[in-house]
Amino acid sequence: MIDRKWIGHVSAPSELALDRGRLRFFAKAIGETDPVYTEVEAAKAAGYADLPAPPTFLFAAEMDSGAVMQTLEDLKIPLAKLLHGEQSFTYLRPACAGDVITVVSKIADIYDKKGGALEFVVKQSEARNQNGDLVAELRSTLVCRN
Amino acid sequence: MSTETKIAVGQELPPLALPPVDRTMLFLFGGASGDHNPIHIDIDFARKAGMPDIFAHGMLGMAWMGRLLTRWAPQAKLRKFDARFQGITHLGNAITVTGKVTAIAEVNGERCATIALANTNQYGQVKIVGEALVAIG
Repeated sequence: MIDRKWIGHVSAPSELALDRGRLRFFAKAIGETDPVYTEVEAAKAAGYADLPAPPTFLFAAEMDSGAVMQTLEDLKIPLAKLLHGEQSFTYLRPACAGDVITVVSKIADIYDKKGGALEFVVKQSEARNQNGDLVAELRSTLVCRN
Repeated sequence: MSTETKIAVGQELPPLALPPVDRTMLFLFGGASGDHNPIHIDIDFARKAGMPDIFAHGMLGMAWMGRLLTRWAPQAKLRKFDARFQGITHLGNAITVTGKVTAIAEVNGERCATIALANTNQYGQVKIVGEALVAIG
């Protein structure tokens, strides 16, 4: 069983500097062909300051920093038993190449179903830019198959 | 994006058909997304975990849903985007992303469309369901 003491735990901040090369790599990896995501002129013509981060990209902040792996280690969830149950994004303002995004997460809940056969961890995160403005809120439900 | 007058409940977004999932796709996504979980990369690890082979990251499927949305409406209009991962997307699965307008309502002073999303493979199995809120005012 995952120790419920982790409910309310706040992670160390994860900083992710958005750069054009990484965003182009992500666009390639998801098969994105819209030039808004790869060509600076197209992005600017569409009203963005620079290449925009695609809708799910900010999930990378806590993958790069190791924050997600640290959470799994703290909660003693082995990778082999981990599933991603749900993911949610609420958007407040665009994030573009040149922005430095900082993500901080809190364990909002831990619960189980089927007599503990499945355990769920709900993590809520805020992503802010270099000005301290809230860019997006993320909510992840991780599932541990016991 | 379609003009405001064209958007109506029941309207289907143009579907997005993806090529079958292969290993290259998963390796690239692992690198680009920062998700280095070996279960998506290393067949030996996947088998030890009781899986027949590596399989797609849920977030890759959600990113495909995002592509469907942003080619229908500019990303700056996207307000909320949720996904529920209900089945594993295996190697060889050819996913089609579909979306349909299920509601139009005012949210926080803006006219918004709710879009129901689904990633379905070539056998009709729904792997991910989603919902998005897009400003259409």
